[in-house]
Amino acid sequence: MRLYGTFNGTLVTAGLAIIFTLLAPSIFQFFTIITLTQVIGLSILTLSLALVWGFGGVLCFGQSAFFGIGAYAYSVAAVNFGGSTGAIFVAIFVAAAFAIILGYFVFFGRVSDVYLAVITLTVSLILYSLMRRTSGPEYKIGSALLGGFNGTGSPPLNMPGNASAMLFPMQTFYVSMAFLIVAYVFSGWLITTKFGRVCISIRENEVRTSLLGYDTRLYKIGIFGISAGIAGLGGVLFCVGVTRVTPDVFSLGQSALAIIWVIVGGRATLIGPVLATFVLYFLTASLGSQQLLNANLVLGSILVVFVLLVPNGVVPTFSKLFEKRRAKRYSRLKEHRIKMRKHRSA
Amino acid sequence: MLKREVVLETRNLSMHFGGVRAVDNVDFQLRENELRCLIGPNGAGKSTFFKCLTGQLVPTSGDVIIRDITMTGREPHDVAGLGVGIKTQVPNLFDGLSTQENLWLSASRWHADKRASVLVKETIERLELGDIRLSVVGSLAHGQRQRVELGMVVAAEPWLVLLDEPAAGMTEEETYKTAELIKDINQTSALIVVEHDMNFIRAISNIVTLFHQGAIFMEDTMDVISADPRAREIYLGHKT
Repeated sequence: MRLYGTFNGTLVTAGLAIIFTLLAPSIFQFFTIITLTQVIGLSILTLSLALVWGFGGVLCFGQSAFFGIGAYAYSVAAVNFGGSTGAIFVAIFVAAAFAIILGYFVFFGRVSDVYLAVITLTVSLILYSLMRRTSGPEYKIGSALLGGFNGTGSPPLNMPGNASAMLFPMQTFYVSMAFLIVAYVFSGWLITTKFGRVCISIRENEVRTSLLGYDTRLYKIGIFGISAGIAGLGGVLFCVGVTRVTPDVFSLGQSALAIIWVIVGGRATLIGPVLATFVLYFLTASLGSQQLLNANLVLGSILVVFVLLVPNGVVPTFSKLFEKRRAKRYSRLKEHRIKMRKHRSA
Repeated sequence: MLKREVVLETRNLSMHFGGVRAVDNVDFQLRENELRCLIGPNGAGKSTFFKCLTGQLVPTSGDVIIRDITMTGREPHDVAGLGVGIKTQVPNLFDGLSTQENLWLSASRWHADKRASVLVKETIERLELGDIRLSVVGSLAHGQRQRVELGMVVAAEPWLVLLDEPAAGMTEEETYKTAELIKDINQTSALIVVEHDMNFIRAISNIVTLFHQGAIFMEDTMDVISADPRAREIYLGHKT
């Protein structure tokens, strides 16, 4: 039994997302649409963390490392290739490969959960310091300058295979939403496969899983790599939305935000963290436009409230309430039927 | 009678924790289709010995050999990978998942989708888990959880089964059913059962291995062991 949702539920949600995508241009202002593209990138980062943490049981505190690697890999590759099509795949591949190599050492080295969180966070901060020191003409990959503190420009997306046909912001928004939906449906599908179910069992009880004969290390590396690839895709869309990538993608704040979004949305679901990203991003943005309350203070309070009062996150809590009500209604119906049957036989 | 093939063997197996010799030079043999119980007072080394067999502990010295393959120091999934079904002393289940999913995860390690589903169904019938098929195992009573875990062992169709205290915390009726189930499993697999419950052991076992201070004290039928004054002093003496 799956506690929350089924693959059909995933498809329904994807359908709603498609409707949202089509309606968005008539609801939102042009500027909001441009911002949305960045947020979509961030929400894919959150999705990837929900997958590896919520379903693989691996708390990766430095998920933004893969996000940033994806962003840098895309920017460098797109400048060198002179187009975005191949660069997107390069970004996903580089992020996933980096995670698999890191995962090999971490999981085969039997590093426990807490240290895994520390190591991934440290990796992210190392990349942060490293990229900040790459200013100067000598730091370049191919023809792309890394740019140190100021970062490097990220070329916009173009039509597949046609580098001269750049996408307009509205088209970029559509493409980004398409990527988000594909990543979401893929993740939703993945957790229903045998691989996904074994990963969930590792989250539940790793000792038991290995005593059943599964090599848990390989499964963990697998889910770690896949989620890193998705995070890399998020990085691509984010830097395309911002048109630039700076070392800040690796910062502590970026890593922490992704975790807050997952906690608030609910880590036992995939859609919860994605929705939380959108809601909290725009909440923070609107708080930033006033002087009365500090945005970080509000965000911190929200996190504290959620950890204390709604530890499962919004979506699981609501779906549990909903299920309870349904079960109640069902049992009432059953009672009624039994009564009727007795009545009839009497 | 022809001697059956040895399927599991330990040679000079020792496990030391600092100065404590939890398992001390144990030579042990289990033959095909045998059902062997390990008994002994607390701290006799049964569970440590068991953990060396399953790969959860790496022995200080000596070897564990399963079907002519030296498994010393291999990972638990390698041991399970030979087709060995394992139930640990502490209930080890996937608490957030349903009974059915627990069984499926076990069955599908060795069997393709269709066969795994059939096995899950059969196991549910065999262990009478129908009522709790869709329940989250974390919410079940202790005895039910033990049964689900036995079901997980059975669902994989192992040829060798290692059970650490399968009847612990069960009601009398559940214990009886478990004994019947173990005899049933023994039709197709060899078993090692670590247990405390004397009546339970009497009900299932032929030859019993008595552990004392990390070593095998004697190996015989339960009747002989209970008649032996030294054995009584070591173990059964505590009961009266």
